Amino acid sequence: MTDQTTHTPAGATTTRKTRETSGILGLKGRDITLMVIVLILTMAAPILLNPFPADSSLAQFNAGYPDLMQRFVIFGIFAIGFNILFGLTGYLSFGHAAFLGVGSYATVWMFKLLNYNILPGLVLSVIVAALFSVLIGYISLRRSGIYFSILTLAFAQMSFALAYSVLTPITNGETGLQVYTSDPQYLQSAGAPDMPHLFGVTMRATETIEIGAWSFTFNFGYYVCAIIMLAAFYMAIRIFRSPFGMMLRAVKSNQQRLNYTGVNPRPYTLAAFVISGMYAGLAGGLMASMDPLAGAERMQWTASGEVVLMTILGGAGTLIGPVLGAGLIKYFENIFSKINDGVLHQWFAFMPDGIEDLLVTIVHPFVGKGWHLTLGLMFMLVVIFLPGGLVEGGQRIATVFRRDRKATNVEDAAAKKRNAK
Amino acid sequence: MTKSNLTRRGLIKTGAATGAALATPTIFTGAAWAQEQGFTNAPTGDTVTLGFNVPQTGPYADEGADELRAFELAVEHLNGDGSGGMLQTFSSNALEGSGILGKRVEYVTGDTQTKSDAARASARSMIEKDGAVMISGGSSSGVAVAVQGLCQEAGVIFMAGLTHSNDTTGKDRKANGFRHFFNAYQSAAALGPVLESLYGTDRKAYHLTADYTWGWTTQESMQATTEAMGWETVNNVLTPLAATDFSSYITPVLQSGADVLFLNHYGGNMVNSLTNAVQFGLKEAQANGKDFQIIVPLYSELMARGAGENIAGIPGSQNWDWKLENQLGDRYKGTNAFVQSFGEKYGFPPSQAAHTCYAQTMLYADAVQRAGSFNPCAVVEALEDFEFDGLGNGPTLYRAADHQCFKDVVVVRGKENPENEFDLVEIVEATPTEQVTYDPDHPMFAGGDLGECNPGA
Repeated sequence: MTDQTTHTPAGATTTRKTRETSGILGLKGRDITLMVIVLILTMAAPILLNPFPADSSLAQFNAGYPDLMQRFVIFGIFAIGFNILFGLTGYLSFGHAAFLGVGSYATVWMFKLLNYNILPGLVLSVIVAALFSVLIGYISLRRSGIYFSILTLAFAQMSFALAYSVLTPITNGETGLQVYTSDPQYLQSAGAPDMPHLFGVTMRATETIEIGAWSFTFNFGYYVCAIIMLAAFYMAIRIFRSPFGMMLRAVKSNQQRLNYTGVNPRPYTLAAFVISGMYAGLAGGLMASMDPLAGAERMQWTASGEVVLMTILGGAGTLIGPVLGAGLIKYFENIFSKINDGVLHQWFAFMPDGIEDLLVTIVHPFVGKGWHLTLGLMFMLVVIFLPGGLVEGGQRIATVFRRDRKATNVEDAAAKKRNAK
Repeated sequence: MTKSNLTRRGLIKTGAATGAALATPTIFTGAAWAQEQGFTNAPTGDTVTLGFNVPQTGPYADEGADELRAFELAVEHLNGDGSGGMLQTFSSNALEGSGILGKRVEYVTGDTQTKSDAARASARSMIEKDGAVMISGGSSSGVAVAVQGLCQEAGVIFMAGLTHSNDTTGKDRKANGFRHFFNAYQSAAALGPVLESLYGTDRKAYHLTADYTWGWTTQESMQATTEAMGWETVNNVLTPLAATDFSSYITPVLQSGADVLFLNHYGGNMVNSLTNAVQFGLKEAQANGKDFQIIVPLYSELMARGAGENIAGIPGSQNWDWKLENQLGDRYKGTNAFVQSFGEKYGFPPSQAAHTCYAQTMLYADAVQRAGSFNPCAVVEALEDFEFDGLGNGPTLYRAADHQCFKDVVVVRGKENPENEFDLVEIVEATPTEQVTYDPDHPMFAGGDLGECNPGA
């Protein structure tokens, strides 16, 4: 098998040239650039996401507060993992929220039984999600295409129903699983913080720095999530560039041909399924670590659909796309949904009364609880005009600039040639 | 995206900027000119922000919309605009209509979606982004319990809106959380004698229960009370909160040998299940030689409006009703003042959800004013064992042991011939406070611990 992969010409995203150069941490060429960009973006996020002064009217659009930043990177992890399955093998799972849910429950149970240190919870969340995804993957992967999607959807809805009403002693149903003062917490020492922490530093620990009119919030929990996301992103790059990743692409492009050449694709797809399930479990564990409550809604099909949207919106099969998609959707959910009529009236206050009311009436269905509508329209536009997602959009813009530059270069070269004659 | 032009110079520039930002000493932070500090979101400047977190979507969306109206009205009255509402009748005179402690009240709103997760996310963004010093609202006990836990951790005050589960001030009680609304135990205690006089002591009850903390404790309370007076419980079926069609749950009821159906449902759930029950002819049915009866332990005008004529004759309990002062007299003063200012602004009478949210906002503002500080611990101290009157419920006590309000409970019935769409329920009686008072460590409330008040950072 390794023979086959080495003989295969390098795929669309790897070039033979990068293969030959040695890299840092096993990364080469563009991947290093990508990794550095993601590193800078995540580390400087508290500054980048707060571009507007704290008391200006545009502060409404600032996203640099801990809860949302944590959500950006946690759902980034979720989407990166989902993309390993969907982007590489083409298997569209509609049940990934189930793994997110079991990860959350596992972590909260560790809080309840051991103590508030997040490490045991995170480890267990990944393990439980892995076991769970082996079970679901083993059965679901016997079919492909729409049947696979439906099977995963069915499993996820089953898990949701179990968590919501059948297994209430374990999940606390609709109320959500949370930590009570009456819980045993066998390893909780006397002086330890009474909320999720990493060796004594709480996830809530926050330093606010004000520079002029700007206010930037640096939150420990966010940086924990961000570092884990960087590790997850690095892993994803390595998987994408590995022979294993190549095998997965082969499954996507022509599974039949693989079968004919005597390769059994199922171990590969199952491995991809379990890996992406573990990513989801990790994301779920992190969610519970940032806010120690696990609700059954996390497992509902809408949550599974959300990660599909994130991946497609950002660009399925690309490395950074899912992270961008996750960020965009969470931004809409948290920022647009909070614009109410009062805010709209403030915006349009400078206009005459009649026009002000008219504008508010027009904009009203698209903000506040109508944020889904705006997101839906955007999703449609992206799918129709940018099938490759935001990444394709970025590439097109880049190409426009590059073409100009190249064009001048070509002319220069031509001019030189002519002058030389 | 992947083809970004990352130059060495650009990288160094960004790094330097980041480093400079990180190195800025904290002397430049806001604390330098804060008037108050030492707790989460200490208000600086001349405004204070409150967070109103209500369901704008989901089965309790109607209640949420009415709560939001009440919050807007309360803020208006606190800032001295409008008619002043219950500020005129409130027994405490600390508030002057000039904001809270001289700071103008501003507010942010959020959608809980009637989901614990979404509600906590929304509340967190209010605390972290908007700097809310108090969170109120919620039309589901699951949400209220979840958000109350969050507020305890974050160090802000939670003034529970419409939440009726025993757990909110029972096993999930928190030092930073307060509840004005009554609870399932009080409903049962008030409804018991009325049910006995209406339907006798020999009945067989079938329960349909919303599957979450509120449904569980309501069912438990009703079962305990009715069994104490000789009724028998045939069955208890749990229904998902997100359910919209209950016909499959209603079908087995008549075959079960029961002659009373308890709908432990609220909001959209109750509207749907009652409609289903009436469509299946339960209201006209006979069982065990008696007329079949339907009981809805927790009632509201909004639900009555949703259920229409199906509600006629069905008994239940309420925290408050807009006709209270007109029908039962001066004991419930404040009711008319509130109904009047609400009606002037919105054109119809307020629901009990609106009333409790309005009252909670006033109680919080008053406690801050009396304590002279927004510090959550000072507010807790001011609210504990606070006795007040003139907020529409008669004399009321905020008990220190569990942060629950004790006041009269209103027993109501659906009107047979309503005159208009806002006058759908008639008041049967107001059960006096003594009858609905219980010990803080009553078995249905045991296992909880208020803990210490948490002022946060």
